[in-house]
Amino acid sequence: MLEEFTKETGIKVNYDVFDSNEVLQTKLLAGNTGYDVVVPSASFLELQIKAGVFQKLDKSKLPNWGNLDKGILERVGRHDPGNQYAVNHMWGTTAIGYNVKKVKAIDPNAPVDSWALLLDPKWSSKFKSCGISVLDAPDEVVGIILAYLGKDPNSENLDDLKAAEDVLMKLRPNVRMIHSSQYIDSLANGDICVSLGWSGDILQAKSRAEEAKQGVEIALSVPKEGTIIWFDMYAIPADAPHPGNAHAFINFMMKPEVAAANSNFVHYANGNAASVPLLDPAVRNDPGVYPPPEVMNKLFPNLARSADYTRALNRTWTRFTTGK
Amino acid sequence: MRRFKRLLPRGRTLVTTVPYLWLLLFFLVPFVIVLKISFSQSAIAMPPYEPLLHWASEKMLQVQLNLGNFAFLVEDNLYWKSYLNSIFVAGVSTLLCLLIGYPMAYAMARSNPSTRNILLLLAVLPFFTSFLLRVYAWIGLLKNNGLVNNALMAMGVIDEPIQMLQTDFAVYIGMVYSYLPFMLLPLYSNLEKMDLTLLEAAADLGCKPWQAFVKVTLPLSLPGVIAGCLLVFIPAVGEFVIPSLLGDPGMLMIGKVLWTEFFNNRDWPVASAVAIALLLFLVLPIMYLDRAQNAANEEGERT
Repeated sequence: MLEEFTKETGIKVNYDVFDSNEVLQTKLLAGNTGYDVVVPSASFLELQIKAGVFQKLDKSKLPNWGNLDKGILERVGRHDPGNQYAVNHMWGTTAIGYNVKKVKAIDPNAPVDSWALLLDPKWSSKFKSCGISVLDAPDEVVGIILAYLGKDPNSENLDDLKAAEDVLMKLRPNVRMIHSSQYIDSLANGDICVSLGWSGDILQAKSRAEEAKQGVEIALSVPKEGTIIWFDMYAIPADAPHPGNAHAFINFMMKPEVAAANSNFVHYANGNAASVPLLDPAVRNDPGVYPPPEVMNKLFPNLARSADYTRALNRTWTRFTTGK
Repeated sequence: MRRFKRLLPRGRTLVTTVPYLWLLLFFLVPFVIVLKISFSQSAIAMPPYEPLLHWASEKMLQVQLNLGNFAFLVEDNLYWKSYLNSIFVAGVSTLLCLLIGYPMAYAMARSNPSTRNILLLLAVLPFFTSFLLRVYAWIGLLKNNGLVNNALMAMGVIDEPIQMLQTDFAVYIGMVYSYLPFMLLPLYSNLEKMDLTLLEAAADLGCKPWQAFVKVTLPLSLPGVIAGCLLVFIPAVGEFVIPSLLGDPGMLMIGKVLWTEFFNNRDWPVASAVAIALLLFLVLPIMYLDRAQNAANEEGERT
């Protein structure tokens, strides 16, 4: 895809990958990254916009803007009011990935369509021996627990956080892995059997398991209590050396055929309505990638939290990871 | 000859300036910057902390020092607990490295010169592969359906895989494996230079081999032991990669705490305070140790 962009525009692309949003954010906050385009998640972007990291998009240089999905634009607007700074690249959910056979063998009635599978100790204790993994993402996991408890997932109330911590501490003895990338392999090769993970990663584990032909079957479930919808966003740093090229790049990525090819490749949904007819039917019709409307209605954003709440949240998270 | 002698001190100053310059540029300057940030306050801005100096009026420059970050480290038991645990883990790793490294270095130093070079090459061979890759290789070895468990099951030693990954055991394996060469090399270079006639003298005076080892070899190799231990202990205290890849997520390490402060809490000032405190905890005792050793050496030379 990058080669095609170079062929079309003559602009050469240097491509860096970050292992986490936190690392990218730290670089951006330090300034002078030299990047023309960066792709943070929307919850991080929200704070970075406030810190003055980005420049406003010049929409006259983005003629493909009309291809974007109105619903996604509106949801992204919760993070970037008025869609002034960023364009959606891909989006997905935070969901449950599980080993179908192992879970069925332990209990055929296990509630795989509910967060209770992980958050109710009655169930999590049953899957302890076959392995549970949780994302190392405090804001997302706590947000999901708050939704499970029937509270506002973006609450900054410390009593709500305490209630979520109680759920976390009961989950802790049954968790083997708290990590945001190792679980893909572990799920695929059967070392872990229930994961709280990102939709695209779970689908990746599923296809790796199919390729390995070891009899491991992975399924993705978006729990009925609702979950986080997250967005990876294109944005241009305020100090970008070539803002013109940056706009050309983002505009190129907004072409329907380019967005469709990206989604077909990584199995994530994109925010480009014009690309949907061009998608591989296996991607378009996968409820794990494009959830049906009744599920879409239950998805909530993961908004940026205040510095004080973030500190309290991460302290809670340390107590969870260390189990004390 | 006289001219040469006159030139000598100048050459010496030149040679000693280089390391000092290096330390100034790559140790002192960064240290001062980190120290500065540790007295600041976090903010949503670029960079994400308040400046220490600001002009209150046209003629008045105000300095704002925030000591709260250091007070915070004392208030929350998370920090000293992680310091202690990191020091404990590093201490055990250093001890294990010494126990394994000493006999290895001894054997290398006493083997004949041609095999010695091959052994030395083998000791540094792991450095040809990236550190991260070697730690990842341990994941492949230790995981539930990894090489070690599969081999043990195939031999019928165990029926079910042993959970080795994500345990303290895996962390110690990773630490000892990664840091062993740092113990081995200073020990080897020390033992290799030892004057073997001293051992003959000890034997002549009626020492059994083990007595000669305890009374002659061991005390003489002490500088090598200290150098090796420091080279292992200091990086091991701040080690972050090995515990996070091989260890239990619950293992409290100061490196991880620092990471959380810096990247997750976006609180550079507190992160800097953690780093400064760690430096003081490590450097002060080591400086004291160094001074004590120098004093002992001088004492030894005088008698």
